[in-house]
Amino acid sequence: MESQYQHLKDIAFKVREHIIRMSANGGCFIGASLSATDLIVFLYADFLNLNINNLDDPNRDYLFLSKGHDVPALYGTLAELGIISRERLQNHLSIDDHIYWHPNTKVAGIEFHSGSLGHLPSVALGVAIDIKVRGGNNKVVCILGDGELNEGTCWEAVLVANAYRLDNLIFIVDRNQFQANMATEDLIPLEPLADKFRAFGAEVKRIDGHSFSALDEALSQYPFCEGKLNVLIADTLRGKGLPSIESRADRWFCNFTTEETEQLLQELHGEHHAQLTSQTLVVR
Amino acid sequence: MNYEQLLTQTALEDERYIVMTAENRALVRNIPAALGQRFIDTGITEQTMIGAAAGLALRGRTPVVHALTAFLTMRAFEFVRTDVGIPGLPVKLSGFIPGFLSDANGPTHQAIEDIALMRGIPNMEVFAPADEEDLLLMLPAIWSSSAPSYVRINTRPTHYHHAPYEPGKAEIVSQGEDITLLCYGLLFDQCLQAATILQAEGKSVGLINMRSLKPVDEKALIEAAQHSKLLITVEDHFLTGGLYSILAETLLKHRITANVIPFALKERWFKPALLPDVLQYEGFTGKQIAEEILGYPTGQQAVQMTPSEFAE
Repeated sequence: MESQYQHLKDIAFKVREHIIRMSANGGCFIGASLSATDLIVFLYADFLNLNINNLDDPNRDYLFLSKGHDVPALYGTLAELGIISRERLQNHLSIDDHIYWHPNTKVAGIEFHSGSLGHLPSVALGVAIDIKVRGGNNKVVCILGDGELNEGTCWEAVLVANAYRLDNLIFIVDRNQFQANMATEDLIPLEPLADKFRAFGAEVKRIDGHSFSALDEALSQYPFCEGKLNVLIADTLRGKGLPSIESRADRWFCNFTTEETEQLLQELHGEHHAQLTSQTLVVR
Repeated sequence: MNYEQLLTQTALEDERYIVMTAENRALVRNIPAALGQRFIDTGITEQTMIGAAAGLALRGRTPVVHALTAFLTMRAFEFVRTDVGIPGLPVKLSGFIPGFLSDANGPTHQAIEDIALMRGIPNMEVFAPADEEDLLLMLPAIWSSSAPSYVRINTRPTHYHHAPYEPGKAEIVSQGEDITLLCYGLLFDQCLQAATILQAEGKSVGLINMRSLKPVDEKALIEAAQHSKLLITVEDHFLTGGLYSILAETLLKHRITANVIPFALKERWFKPALLPDVLQYEGFTGKQIAEEILGYPTGQQAVQMTPSEFAE
């Protein structure tokens, strides 16, 4: 069954390679990027009406990255889909380009900047309202981090989306179980998360966020319920694809040596387990 | 024509306009009926309203957003700065009951750092009309500009007839060699009275209604400094970051020295009460301003002012 998604798996694999390379020479939020990789690849390469030819078309679909730390996954996806050049990823953190730790609109394919948490649910809400007012059919997706749900404005946006019956808006929670320094459930518990969204009026589905068939099946039912905000809770693993950093509280932002990233690339290829000696936690 | 009528007419003539409020409908009561889906009330969610306004602006809209100034400029500050300021989107902030106009609400509602905050955001324009007529003269240019902007909404009537508004320019009401009063917003009315009293006491008095605090009319400030022996800034704002600061920055930039006395709130909130009593208590009536400048009491009559219309 999953074989029909082989092309997406191939893209995701290459995106993970890009992310690993971006985790050296200054580093990146590797854990959150790897957890969101399959989501972002599926959305950009399959589900959303977004491609190099319609990035300014008012009838395109919209993808907003609210948590922002996952932007290396989007940089990699944009490169693999030909929206930006692969060579440009070598400019990660360069003063001569705009490819840095949080999303910004100087990179084609990025709709809005983020980094301050709890902002893009409301920006996406405004876009979705305008599409409704104009009678359009475009979809608006906003990816949120689970830790980000600590921010009250996420829940304000859900209340308002419910009031305006925005069934063209999809909030996808990258439920990787971690916020910056620790497990979500050890700090500000979110569960039962689906119930929380339902209580606010949303129609909720919960799936394995690394399964393209599960993503396809869930999103093929868009809109989940007429007149209701769509919420998809995607259960993911922080650091997915690299067993040596998966689901570890201390592998949030990483700045590896190039020797380590070479080992991690081999680990991604299933060759052998990386031996990591870099500082385990760099707080940004 | 009042604020609501001008907004309605503007929005009916141009589909780009969206009227939003965070459940502050005092100025937009009839707009839902007039605009239908182009009126959006997000409830008591100033931050979400601003984020949604940014999203609407991304789609080519010009949202005119309403909330009490204290919550629009402070509670939602980071949303204004981050979602509107960074991309420079044409979101138009209409701040209700700024400065002394929050009269008896108390310090939670006192927006007396709003100008400092808003002018600190790159490309954000900041306006403070003297009264309803001035407001209506200024709004067409403010709303049709592509810049984000913040307006201290002031719908109080005065008897003064203003000159047409020229974007970014102050209104030079009069010029004087002894004293020039620099002011904005509702205190313009008090400064008119102060100027009358000062003139009756033999002073040559200038009066400038600043109107636009960012961009500021540097030429008007420089000429006032060059032609008057004493400049007076009058504002219902903290001393920090408002007109006194703007004047200081301008004079320093042009290497001009001047004698300046500020009337502002120095490191404190004002005593909540009905507006006429607030002005009296805080020493901002025209008579008090004039006598403070003169250094002696005069026999001039104080002009009674009408109370504010709104309680929020």
